[in-house]
Order: sequence, then structure tokens, then C-alpha cells
Amino acid sequence: MDHGLSNISWGLALLQVLLYAVLSPLLLGWLRKVKARLQNRRGAPVWQPYRDIAKLFGKEARMAHTASQLYRAAPYIVFVSTLLAAGAIPLITTDLPTSAIADVIVIAGLLGLARFFLALAGMDVGTVFGGLGASREMFVAALAEPAMLMAVFTLAMTAHSTNLSSVVDYQLLHATELRPSYIFALAGLVLVAIAETGRIPVDNPATHLELTMVHEAMVLEYSGRHLALMEWAASVKLLLYFVLITNVFFPWGLAQDTTLISLGISFGVTLSKLLILAMLLALSETVLAKMRVFRVPTFLNLALLLALLGLLSHVILEVGA
Amino acid sequence: MNLEQLSLLQQLMVVLAAVVLFTSFVLLEQARIVAAIHAFAWQGVLVALVTTIVAISGEQLHLIFSAVLTLGLKAIFIPWMLHRLVRRLQLDRQSEPLRRPALVIMMALALVIFSYWLVLPMVEKEFIFTRNIVAVSLAVVLIGLLMMVIRTQAVIQVLGFMSMENGLFLAAVSATGGMPLVVELGVAFDVLVAMVLFGVFFFQIRQSIDSLDVDRMNRLTERVDDQT
Amino acid sequence: MTSLLITVFTPLVGGLLLALVPRLSWAGWINVLVSLISLIASVVLAIEVAQHDVIHGWGFRIDAFNIYLLVLTAFIGVTTSIFSRPYMQYVCSSGLTNSLGMRLYHTMYQIFLFTMLLALSTDNLGILWVAVEGATLATVLLVSLYRTPEAIEAAWKYFILCGVGIALALFGTVLLYFAAQHVVTEAAIGLSWSHLYKVSGQLEPTIMNLAFVFLLIGYGTKVGLVPMHQWLPDAHSEGPTPMSAVLSGLLLNVALYAVVRLKMLVDGSLAATATPHMAGYMLMGFGLVSFLVAGLFLHRQRDIKRMFSYSSIEHMGLMTFAFGLGGPLATFGALLHMLVHSLTKSAIFITVGHTAHIAGTQTIDRIRGLIRTQPAVGWGLLIGVAAIAGFPPFGVFTSEFLLLSATMQTQPWFTVALLVGLVIAFAGLFRHLHPMVYGAPPQGQQPVKANMLPVLLHLGLVLWLGISIPVFLAHWLDRATQLIAGAHLL
Repeated sequence: MDHGLSNISWGLALLQVLLYAVLSPLLLGWLRKVKARLQNRRGAPVWQPYRDIAKLFGKEARMAHTASQLYRAAPYIVFVSTLLAAGAIPLITTDLPTSAIADVIVIAGLLGLARFFLALAGMDVGTVFGGLGASREMFVAALAEPAMLMAVFTLAMTAHSTNLSSVVDYQLLHATELRPSYIFALAGLVLVAIAETGRIPVDNPATHLELTMVHEAMVLEYSGRHLALMEWAASVKLLLYFVLITNVFFPWGLAQDTTLISLGISFGVTLSKLLILAMLLALSETVLAKMRVFRVPTFLNLALLLALLGLLSHVILEVGA
Repeated sequence: MNLEQLSLLQQLMVVLAAVVLFTSFVLLEQARIVAAIHAFAWQGVLVALVTTIVAISGEQLHLIFSAVLTLGLKAIFIPWMLHRLVRRLQLDRQSEPLRRPALVIMMALALVIFSYWLVLPMVEKEFIFTRNIVAVSLAVVLIGLLMMVIRTQAVIQVLGFMSMENGLFLAAVSATGGMPLVVELGVAFDVLVAMVLFGVFFFQIRQSIDSLDVDRMNRLTERVDDQT
Repeated sequence: MTSLLITVFTPLVGGLLLALVPRLSWAGWINVLVSLISLIASVVLAIEVAQHDVIHGWGFRIDAFNIYLLVLTAFIGVTTSIFSRPYMQYVCSSGLTNSLGMRLYHTMYQIFLFTMLLALSTDNLGILWVAVEGATLATVLLVSLYRTPEAIEAAWKYFILCGVGIALALFGTVLLYFAAQHVVTEAAIGLSWSHLYKVSGQLEPTIMNLAFVFLLIGYGTKVGLVPMHQWLPDAHSEGPTPMSAVLSGLLLNVALYAVVRLKMLVDGSLAATATPHMAGYMLMGFGLVSFLVAGLFLHRQRDIKRMFSYSSIEHMGLMTFAFGLGGPLATFGALLHMLVHSLTKSAIFITVGHTAHIAGTQTIDRIRGLIRTQPAVGWGLLIGVAAIAGFPPFGVFTSEFLLLSATMQTQPWFTVALLVGLVIAFAGLFRHLHPMVYGAPPQGQQPVKANMLPVLLHLGLVLWLGISIPVFLAHWLDRATQLIAGAHLL
């Protein structure tokens, strides 16, 4: 690989990270739009989240007197680490220099870092809601994270690598195989994604009702550009999980090289897959009701069970040495 | 063994067997009796599907018959009958939450691993595909057994019993391509009669202890102060 | 062949007939008659088998091993039906059950006999399973016949435990069929015992080993092996007494028969491996534990039927141990023990039925002075218990002596355990028996109408077997021994 090409591919990698940042509000807007339509409302335009973020950036960032430096730094750390984690997941091509670090454990670690600072920031001001949101967030995470790792390890065992790009490559190569473990891992990961991104039935992103909110409670004190970064990070996280699900389980159409044509096709295919998935999520959010916080462990136990069954069915039914 | 070496139908069978195992877990965890009956019915449907697939892939026509029999008996008749009984006993709104669900699930997972460990010594190549499905069926059987041990509600115990039968049937179909027809008919007949008798017993137990919680039947023990 | 079909299917027809019989007072007699027809046919069949060695066809197989059990089953069927006719009339008149219950009883009695005979005579291991499961289904409603809370509890326990056990046996059967499929090409004969026996050397040992574990646990539940025995005392004590007699006398035997048949297949398969006696060791372990545990439990019983059901577990344990030990002497002893134990135990249960009738209770503490109130019943119980405890000159002594000497030859250390177990059981039985027979009778205890003919017949036969085993029977048992253990004793 000569130097020039390497520069191009690094550029592509940077582009991919930017794509994540740019696309994520669009996904959120689309999700809200579809949901509104399903509920017989007209809904805000698809690009409303961009406007919201732009508006928030334009406003003054007010802070509580009790807030520390950590409170000020947290939005940047959260945003950057979430974006970094996202950048490691192949969005339109697997042939990128970042794919070398696209390890699931790295991604989980970066997400954990983001979550850690989010929770700290929530508690920093010392209001009731921040602490409540933070403790709930950690409570959900403690159950969701093992399930996520287990589900991803199921895939990793099949592909003999914890590197996501290798997993995706393996999937593309063996696309015609029916694997029970994948079904379980997919189901488990979907449940984890719902819990981690704070969607119905675990959390309701559209409400500020103190009894139920989790994520909103932590960022309640933020304003201006800080709030914009926090909201943006949340939407990147949503996109991250969407991409994880679509590109790992349904990677068809994903480019494995960096030619312009395949990248173009890949972009179109991936985007439409994401939009379809968002429609499905909107549908399920319309149908389901928010569950009580104390039912969440049952929900996540199911995710853990599915992930474990995936692992077991991989060992028993697929390898069976 | 490698999955690529299997035909698509066999892969489908593997997937369905895994889903049957999952329904076993759902059944084990279910608190509401009606929901448990539904989970059992779905398990019956899946087992019938596996039978159909084996019938198609092996061109064994008598298995089509047993698939229909399974569907009729396990997926339609028994759930229907249990549903009716539950409504007549006015249990349809009752829910019996599992005590210590996490522990129970862990035990069930341990049973899955145990059943795999049991079949592991069969290492000859020709056995391996079936061996793995036998492991899954055995797990279904053992989880049914666990359900009968842990749950104290009579209807749910019966569901456990019937899901054990499902596991047995799955083993018979996937490992051996179905037992001889006369045996299969005999087994189906026994299951049918057992179901009718269970129905009779629900009413007898209800009359006797005014509940279907069989834990309350504890008159017959080996205590020394036992006075009858 | 005709005699075989008559033997097996008469009870089925009879059972259906009894469900429809217009006058209930006839039912008892029809019950006796049907059983008698079956017995006569089985004797004819026995003569045929004596001439042809093995009768084979229509999915049946009659050889030296099962023919004597068939005749025994039909015989106990007759004698118990003779006992049950007046006994069930007494039960009905005392209000414990109604006419519907009586109808159910008679029908299920015959259906139960049918399943037993079918299980014994079939060659197909799948049908064997169906029949043994059918036996549970036929008897479970009889256990709850009296509708007391205890009876319903016992029946539920019986149903669930035996259901689970037998389900595991089915899993074992599936595994067996799985192993057979790699040897036998035709699917239809893949579960035929005769066929599998011929090719047992080629059956995959790892699968057979696993299959046998499940089969042993499954059928062992029915045999009443500890720790799967929980249902047995309950079902025996709460069901009607004729039911206890046939459960102990027949069902346990049939289940053990199934285990031994399957052990023969597994032994063939494991012969070439490093652990050829695996199945035997498992039987010995379960058998010895059952034998000792049941002996200890005998001491703390308060219900007379429960006590004798523990004695059944004890004896089944002894037989299981002996079959596990293998070798011609032990096998011969075990076969003989199956015979004499069935006869003695059903005689005891019949006597116990009369005893409970006299005393109006099954509680041992309240049964007193039988020998003064009604000497026939008192003596019957005394002699019966003496026979079951292994006193000479009864047949149980002979068989136990054979078993002990066989153990002495091959595994001398186990003899100590067996002797200790026998003494414990003996003490357990007699400490309860003595006051029941000799104590002072309570005020107003009246003799009842008791037909001691079945008891006399059974105990007479046991005595005869103890003094001298008739030549034809010795030959049967010897041929069965040859079949199971691979060598003649005589």
C-alpha cells in the first residue's frame, strides 16, 4: 500500500466518522417523523433535529453554581468518545485503516467511558433528578452490558475474531448459512440496543415525567452548546446501535473495498437499511407501552438469556466437535 | 462438524431445534397460566415443523402423518383443552410468578450444558449432527422436568410434563427419523389419555384442597407424628 | 398363537365389556371369569412354548423368560379378582365409592391386566413402553378411587412421578432406536427385541450406555428403586387393597422384567468394551440401596399397607441386585424370587384387606388381636409375613438362600450387607406384626366374611416351591437363566 492510497483511506475513515455525526440527527428526525405519522400526527420535518442542535449551539450555556469542571468537560468527553466508538464500526466499507481498532471490546469500552462521564455529570450538580437518572442509567447498564458482550462474543466465536470488520467479512462470505446463534444474538442485541439508547419500553425519550425518565433526567441541568453535544451524542449512539445491528447481521451490500462505485452503492443500501430499521422501531414504539422501571431487569434478563442461548447453541449445534 | 456441510433443510432444522429450546425457557419463566399455554402451543407448532422438515428431506411419508398428529394434538387439542379447563376452573387471570427467576434460569442453562456433556462421548462422525440435536431435545426434556419440580401449580406442572413429551418427540424425529408408526400412535394415545386424566385430576384436587397448588398436598410424608 | 392372543386380548375385551355391563352385581363375577379365561389360555400357551421353545410372530415373542411371568400374571389376576369381588362390594356398601367407581374399578382392573400381559409378551420395545405407561394410566384413577385428600395426593404423586420416570424411559428407548438404526437397515424391526438381541454386539456402546441410564431410571421408577420410590408407598396405601395386591405382585415385576430385557441388550453391546459389566454394576448399586433403605423405613411405618409396600421395595431391590450380579446362580435365584415374592406379597395384601376390614382402620397401632377375633386372617397374616421374611420352608427362603450363595461366590463382601439388610427387614416386620396378631382385641371387634382361598392357594404354592421346585418349573427357570445369563444352572 503506497503512501497516497493510505492517505485516501485515512481520509475515508475520517469521512466515515463525519458521516456518523452528520447522519445521526437525520435518523432521529426520520424516526420521529414516522412515529408521528403512525400516530396520525403530521410531525416535525425530518431535519428538525439539525435545527434543534443549531439552535442550542447558538444559545448561552448556563450552569449551576455548584457545577464543577467535570460538569463542563463531560459533554465533550461524552460526544467524542461516542463518536470514536461509532467511527470504529464499519458504516459503508470494511476496508479502512480504522478497522484494525474496530474491536468490540474497544467499542464497549468507549461506550462505557461515555456512560461513566454522563452519569458523573448527572450527579455533579447535586440535584435529585440528576442522581436519580444516573443511578438508573448505571442500573440498566450493569445488566445490558454483559448481554451485549455475550451477544457479540457469539458472533466473534463464529468468525474467530472480536474484530468487527472480520466479523462482517465472515458474514458476507457465509451469507447463506442459517445460524441459530445469530438469531438469538440478534434478538439479544436488539433488546440491549433498546435499553441502551433509552427507547420505549425501557425509557421514553419524549417525556420529562420524573417517575420514568432515565437519560433525560441526567441532562436536565444542561443548556446551550453543552445540551446540544449531549443530545447529539445520544443520537450518535442510536445510530451506532442501528449500524451495529444492520451491518453485522444484514451486511449485504456493504462495500469491502474503497472504489467509488461500491462505496456509492454501499452508502445507498446502508442508508435504506437504516431507514427501514428506524421504521420498525417507530412501529414497535407505537405499539408498546413504557414498562415500569422495576420491570426493566426482567427485560434485560431476557436479553441476557437470549445472548447466552446464542452462545450455547453456537457451541452445541454449530461447532459440536 | 461444520455448518456449511449441512443442507439448507438441515440448517433450518438446527435453527428450529434451537427455537424449541428457547420456547422451553419461555415456558419455564411464564407467570401467567394462559400465556404459558400459548408458549406450549407454539412449541408444539415448532416440533410439528421440524417433523415436516425431516419428512421432506428424508422423503419419509409416514412422518407427514406424525407431523399432522403432533400439530393436532400438541399445538391444538391439548392447549385448547387446557384453556377450557383453566377457564372453567377460573384460573385465567391467576398469575404464579416464579420465585428466584434468575436462579431457575441459571439451573436451566446448566441443564443445557449437562445434556450436551452427556451426549459428548458419541464421537463417531455419522452421529454428530443428530447428536447435537439430541442434546437440545434432552435439554428440553430436562427443562420440562425442572419445571415440574419447581412449579407447584398443577396446570403448569402438566405443561412441564407435556413439554417433556415434546422434547422426546423432537429427539425421536430428529435422531431417528421417527419411531415406527405403531409406537408413535401408541405414544400419542397415551399422551391423549394422560391429558384427559390430568383434566379429571384438576377437578379432584380442586375439590380436595380448594386450590391447584399441589404443594398444599402434604398429608403423606414419612413423619413419625403422622396420624391418619 | 391363538392362545397367546386370547391370553393378552381377553382382558381388553373384558374391560370394555365391564364398562358396559348392565347389572353391577354381575361385574365381580365377569371379572373373575375373564381373568380365568386368560389364565387358561396362558397355561395352554405355556405348554406350546414348552414344545417350541420360542413363539414368535405378530410382534410378539414368548420365550422361557416371559412365559412364566405371563402365567404368574394371569394367575394373580384370577386370585385377586376372586378376592376383590366381595371386597369391593364391602367397599361400595361402606360408602367409600359409588356405582360409577365400581364400574371404573372393574374396567380398569382388566385394562391393567391387559397392559401387563401386553408388556410381557410384546417383542417391540416401543410397545413395551406404551404398555407400561398404559399401566400407570389405568391404575392412577383407581388410586384416587376413594376421593379422600390423601388418596388424591397419592394419585397425583403417582401420576407425576411415574409420568416423569416413564418419559425418561422413552428417551432411553429413542436412543436405543438411534443406535439400532446404524445396525438394522429396516426401520420396522429397529425396536424388535429379538432382532436387536441378535445384533447387540454391533450396537454403538456409548449410545447404549447412555440409553441404559435413562431406561434404568425410567423403568426403575416403576420398579420402585430408591430414590425414585416415593410414589410407591403412597399409591399402595391409599388405593383399594386389590389394587395394592396387583401393583406389588405384577407391576413391579413387569417393570423389572423390562429392565432385565434391556440389560441383556446393553450387555451384548458393551461386551467388547473396557467396562462390560457397567449395566450390572448400576443395577447392583440401585438394588442394594433400595434394599437397605426400604428395610430401614419398614421400622417407622404406622400404616399397615405402607409397611408392606416398603417390604416390596426391599424385595425388588434384592432382585435388582441379583440381576445385576449376573451369573447363572444369581439369575436363577432372582427369577425364582420374582415368582415367590409376587405370590407371597399379593397373598399378604389380600390378608391385609381383610385385616383392615376387621379393624376398620389401616393404622398398625389400632389393629390388635387378629388371631382371637378371626383366626383364619390372623394365621394368614402371620404365615404370610413369615414367608416374606424368608423363613424356611417357604419359597422365599430358597430364593434368598440361592441369592446369598451366589453373592458369596462372586462378591463375598456384599453378603454382609445383604444379611444385615435381611435382619433389619425381619425385625421391622415382626415388631409390628406381633401385637397385630397376638395383642388384645379391642372391644366389639367382629369377624368378617373373608374368602381365604386365594391366600391359601398362594401360600400353598410358595410352600411347595420352598420344599421342592417342580421339574417343569425348574426347567423353565433354567432356560430363562440360560437366556439371561448365558449359562445353564442345572
